[in-house]
Amino acid sequence: MTNEEIIRIINDSLIKEFELDSKKMVPEAVLYDDLELDSLDRVDMVIVLENAFKFKIREEKEIRDIRTLGDIHSFVINKIREIERVS
Amino acid sequence: MQLKRVAVTGVGAVSPFGVGADVLMESLYRGASGTVIVPELKSIKGVRSHVAALVQGVDPGVIPRKYRRSMSRMSIYAVLACQEALRQAGLSPERLSGGNMGICIGSTIDSIDTLQKFFEEYLAEKNMEQMRSTIFFQIMNHSCAFNVSQTLGIEGRVIAPSAACSTGCQAVGLGYEMIAFGKQEFMLCGGADEFHPLSTASFDIINAASTGYNDRPHKTPRPFDRDRDGIVCAEGSGILLLESMETARERGAVILAEVAGFATNSYPENIADPSASSMQSCMRMALSDAGIGSPDIDYINAHATATIQGDIEESRAILETFGEKVPVSSLKGHLGHTMAASGGLELIATINMMKRNCIIPTLNLDNPDELCKKINLTLELETREIRYALKNNFALGGVNSSLILRRYEND
Repeated sequence: MTNEEIIRIINDSLIKEFELDSKKMVPEAVLYDDLELDSLDRVDMVIVLENAFKFKIREEKEIRDIRTLGDIHSFVINKIREIERVS
Repeated sequence: MQLKRVAVTGVGAVSPFGVGADVLMESLYRGASGTVIVPELKSIKGVRSHVAALVQGVDPGVIPRKYRRSMSRMSIYAVLACQEALRQAGLSPERLSGGNMGICIGSTIDSIDTLQKFFEEYLAEKNMEQMRSTIFFQIMNHSCAFNVSQTLGIEGRVIAPSAACSTGCQAVGLGYEMIAFGKQEFMLCGGADEFHPLSTASFDIINAASTGYNDRPHKTPRPFDRDRDGIVCAEGSGILLLESMETARERGAVILAEVAGFATNSYPENIADPSASSMQSCMRMALSDAGIGSPDIDYINAHATATIQGDIEESRAILETFGEKVPVSSLKGHLGHTMAASGGLELIATINMMKRNCIIPTLNLDNPDELCKKINLTLELETREIRYALKNNFALGGVNSSLILRRYEND
């Protein structure tokens, strides 16, 4: 899976779950301020991403540092590459 | 002891006839029935009643996702009804914040739909990994009340009474008391419920659900009728905006009616069997609270759900308390039993009847039961001046409630 494909899946999944405006889905979008996703949404976001990519990330410490949509893209891409390396 | 007079200045309805008090009233005056066949009920073993009165025409998307994510259907109904009541009352947004407005809205049970979805996943694999963060918010017992406060930005009291079929009437009564005692300036009061087959099954199992009209849904329920055979479960929300008479006058609000008295009591002898003497006590206490006598009541909007025993007991209680003359009708024939919403929805209709000096007859009351007919059952639209009206709601668990409305005449 290419980085572009991963980003598309992330964006589509979040748009569907949180009824987001696709025009706001830019990497620099801040989750809390620009996409209006609060702490409860961040909990559900983990489930959405786990379902989309069939991995487990709930216990990953890096999730707490995510601020922007771009942070999500980077986190997921890194996670998928890590899984590919191990397997 | 009443310290302040209490006015109704706004109403909001979500009913089997759709969204809004106007469509509710137009349907009631037209003699429409909200009862339909529910195919899902036919497929459930052990459920003999296949009819219900379900809400039509609601678009949940009008509520922003931020607020909607913690709502099951009943909260959506409650929020829409509250928005309508506030619009009618003409209250500016700053009246909602600052703590002067409170909420008293309850439901019979929490969202069984939401619980069902959760347990379908949980029991299948004993797995909670898919549980969304907002599920618990949809099943908390005060879900309707807090969802209204969150969505509308209301900062006063948030109270969520629950007493099954008495919930709505109790909620309005409690709101009336809070305003009368000066605890809140405004109160949004009433109830909401959403349909689930569990409601129908629960009444069916105790032989209190309508089972004989599955092929003719519009012919049931039949309050006070000789051929009635039980409750038709329904859903919706009925909300009244109450405020002190003083505030309403000061701000030039249109006063729809006055809440003149309220009482609620309990019949602790049996959890399911109604008691005429206990109902009678409740109605007499409401009269006493209003400072009036039984001859002052011009119309009674009965609880009358079309159960065999309930209608007889209420008729007896009314006969003993008010005699044979006061007109009595039930709106369950049109609406079915909207449970926690019934108190609010039927009060809204009663206020409208007072305004129009017109009594809506009981739908499907073709042949009054011998054991109910000693009271003055309204059989057709009747023009009549209504100065005081009494509203009854009686619940499983032995909880009775009665509320008295007074027509406002610039006095």
